[in-house]
Amino acid sequence: MSAAHDDHHHGPAKGLSRWFFTTNHKDIGSLYLWFSFAMFLLGGTFAMVIRAELFQPGMQLVDPNFFNQMTTMHGLIMVFGAVMPAFVGLANWMLPMMIGAPDMALPRMNNWSFWILPFAFAMLASTLFMDSGAPNFGWTFYAPLSTTYAPSSVTYFIFAVHIMGASSIMGSINIIATILNLRAPGMTLMKMPLFVWTWLITAYLLIAVMPVLAGVVTMMLFDIHFGTSFFNAAGGGDPVLFQHVFWFFGHPEVYIMILPAFGVVSAIIPTFARKRLFGYDSMVYATASIAFLSFIVWAHHMFTVGMPIAGELFFMYATMLIAVPTGVKVFNWVSTMFRGSMTFETPMLFAIAFVVLFTMGGFTGLMLAITPADFQYHDTYFVVAHFHYVLVPGAVFSIMAACYYWLPKWTGYMYDERLGKLHFWMSFIGVNVLFFPQHFLGLAGMPRRIPDYALQFADFNMVSSIGGFLFGASQLILLVVVIKCIKGGKKATAQVWEGAQGLEWTVDSPAPYHTFTTPPDPKLIHDQ
Amino acid sequence: MLPKAKLWLGLMVAAFSMLSTNLQAAWDLNMTQGVTQISRDTYDIHMQILWWCVAIGVVVFGVMLWSIINHRKSKGAVAATFHESTKVEIVWTIIPFIILILMAIPATRVLTQAYDTSESDLDIKITGYQWRWEYSYLRQDSFEEEVSFYSILSTPRDQINNELPKEEHYLLEVDKPLVIPINKKVRFLITANDVIHAWWVPAFAVKKDAIPGFINESWTIVEEPGIYRGQCAELCGIDHGFMPIVVHALEQDEYDAWYAQQQENARMTREMANTVVTMSDSLEQGEEVYNRTCAGCHQVSGAGLPPTFPALAANAVVNGDLLENIDVLINGRPGTPMAAFGRQLNPVELAAVVTYIRNSFGNSTGDLVQPAEVNSIIQAAQ
Repeated sequence: MSAAHDDHHHGPAKGLSRWFFTTNHKDIGSLYLWFSFAMFLLGGTFAMVIRAELFQPGMQLVDPNFFNQMTTMHGLIMVFGAVMPAFVGLANWMLPMMIGAPDMALPRMNNWSFWILPFAFAMLASTLFMDSGAPNFGWTFYAPLSTTYAPSSVTYFIFAVHIMGASSIMGSINIIATILNLRAPGMTLMKMPLFVWTWLITAYLLIAVMPVLAGVVTMMLFDIHFGTSFFNAAGGGDPVLFQHVFWFFGHPEVYIMILPAFGVVSAIIPTFARKRLFGYDSMVYATASIAFLSFIVWAHHMFTVGMPIAGELFFMYATMLIAVPTGVKVFNWVSTMFRGSMTFETPMLFAIAFVVLFTMGGFTGLMLAITPADFQYHDTYFVVAHFHYVLVPGAVFSIMAACYYWLPKWTGYMYDERLGKLHFWMSFIGVNVLFFPQHFLGLAGMPRRIPDYALQFADFNMVSSIGGFLFGASQLILLVVVIKCIKGGKKATAQVWEGAQGLEWTVDSPAPYHTFTTPPDPKLIHDQ
Repeated sequence: MLPKAKLWLGLMVAAFSMLSTNLQAAWDLNMTQGVTQISRDTYDIHMQILWWCVAIGVVVFGVMLWSIINHRKSKGAVAATFHESTKVEIVWTIIPFIILILMAIPATRVLTQAYDTSESDLDIKITGYQWRWEYSYLRQDSFEEEVSFYSILSTPRDQINNELPKEEHYLLEVDKPLVIPINKKVRFLITANDVIHAWWVPAFAVKKDAIPGFINESWTIVEEPGIYRGQCAELCGIDHGFMPIVVHALEQDEYDAWYAQQQENARMTREMANTVVTMSDSLEQGEEVYNRTCAGCHQVSGAGLPPTFPALAANAVVNGDLLENIDVLINGRPGTPMAAFGRQLNPVELAAVVTYIRNSFGNSTGDLVQPAEVNSIIQAAQ
């Protein structure tokens, strides 16, 4: 292949320094993915503590303060440490290969944007060992609970969030610069794979909202240390302002975690249906519409704060509108499968589960958009079930699908299909036993973020915890699969999958250290 | 049936029967219909949107399942080549849009009703504190507070710590419930004094955030007498899970009798401020007040949860100047989680708890505080 003769010129450096000083997009992609997996296990451990405490009514294992620290750290670590870096890792590995570029546009910044992350999370995790304990005010850190009433470790949390934000902003600048400048000749915008499109849009979302997050934590810092009263009512401040600013970041953030997942699934389903993606153009427009709408729906997280009715109605209608482009996407995936010639390898299983279970999360999202009904759902386990359905069998399943899909390209070997399928089925059963009963708990009136509950919630909590332990244990299978696949196995071909299309499948498996140092033959670039 | 399958079935039945041996096994699947017009309307909207979702799900997942079964390579399926159709895209943009409009109409109607707080028969101010609710009944002519009391979790800590069996209303019971008359429009004025809380009673479909510096409004007309239970719905710190809401809805005459009794109690409490207490009574009552009111933060042992919640054992203020100690208790420590208890507790309780903390956890000042002393400080502050 075109790049094969280059790889002996600049091989990877030897030893650990390879990883510290690397500017290679594949190395940095691997770093991001391993880091995110480590955070996934750490955040998962916190979730296991939560589910163990909730296994039965009464306080058994931890005290309420530590329980709140667990819910807070679980949310922060999973959002900022597991899901977001995993997608950045996939972007690093795949975007240059998908658009025929030799590397990311800004390789040194790429190294930096990764290497500040371990420091940010080390600082965040270190708060668990401080006298005051870790942040205990929920991952949404509503003021004044997170300012006047916060443990002193909140300052470390603020600094960690700043670093994560800087990392995300640098990552997105890099992704935008790469996609807009380094596409191979013939790779027009409307020929880019959807994963590239969704990441381009996601990167713009990140650049737009991460500074808002930095702003809100800085305002907290000033309230805590410098005597301002942005969020302190006694000083003339406004606690609701916090929520507006936070969710102006927070809602687009939700789409930051799901748009790249749409891209992954839009790559996998056509491959295993052996049929072109249905409605490529409408997929691009739907993604852009969702991104636009994500900026004008933030206050649907705040229907109970007492907004004027005009505000409630506006945010209800705008939120309901999101169902339209999201529906278009789901219909397109199903139409791609329709009259295809399908096989069901592990990536396809995860992708199909994504479509079904993400759609269920979408349905509950639509229910939550209906303001008067939201008064009953808000801050209950119904909401917990909703966002875990879109984030776990949604975003996380898509990441797993992507890992199985591209593992042979990364390692040069086929993974163990039997273990992969075992991982899928255990995760699939586990995740539903874990989260489906939480819908019932919420409807029956169980508030979220409580360490102990009334007796009528006992049975479903026990079921949910059993599902949680099953799901948690199943993730160790993924680790085994990946390590086995790195060590060896059946040699993978360049194309790997029979129905795979796109530039990444034209280079050898494993992908050489440097790919597309000369642009690919334009004839290799197909219509989408 | 295969022997192995029988074994699995047996195990599953055994597992499920084990689950149902809990005190109050409940497998509720759905939202309550509640006891107000708004709560029933909310339930109807909830069911309507749910059935739309089920219908769409059946169609979409049905097509998908059909494709998975029939269009698989192992069955010799050959992939078609179609990959776009503007007509189809327009159809499946417009149909969901129409469904959304059909949903938006009833939602707008119910929301408009829920927001109409005008012409109330009774106004009650609800204030959230870490971790209790204060209910103040306002006079209809002047909006002055006439009757006011705090409502605190009454489940014993021994039940929470699994040292006593849990009773039926575990974590959903309070010392003094909110009492309202039925068939009257009761308006709630909801606020908070420290962090954000949320007042939620599912049977009324009322959930409103209690926010310091804001007064939110909500209302209900309860149609059936009964006891209705809810919980704080916004994370408000350590004991967020332990500040339930209990509402007794009474017939009008019973409500009137209860209200007269409350007015009488308020008068007696004012008089009690002049009683003289003994050390042993004070320590006993002080311990009770402390465990109910203070132990959430400062812990039953007085060890606190430093640095946010300081220890009272060997504490400089508690072992120092008595007047400063009383002042902190009455006015709180602005800028810290220490709340002002001057209005939350009556002078007898305040005096008892000061006596208790100054003579417990290894503290031994020997001070005995009289209610009259505390009362004069409160009066002076006003």
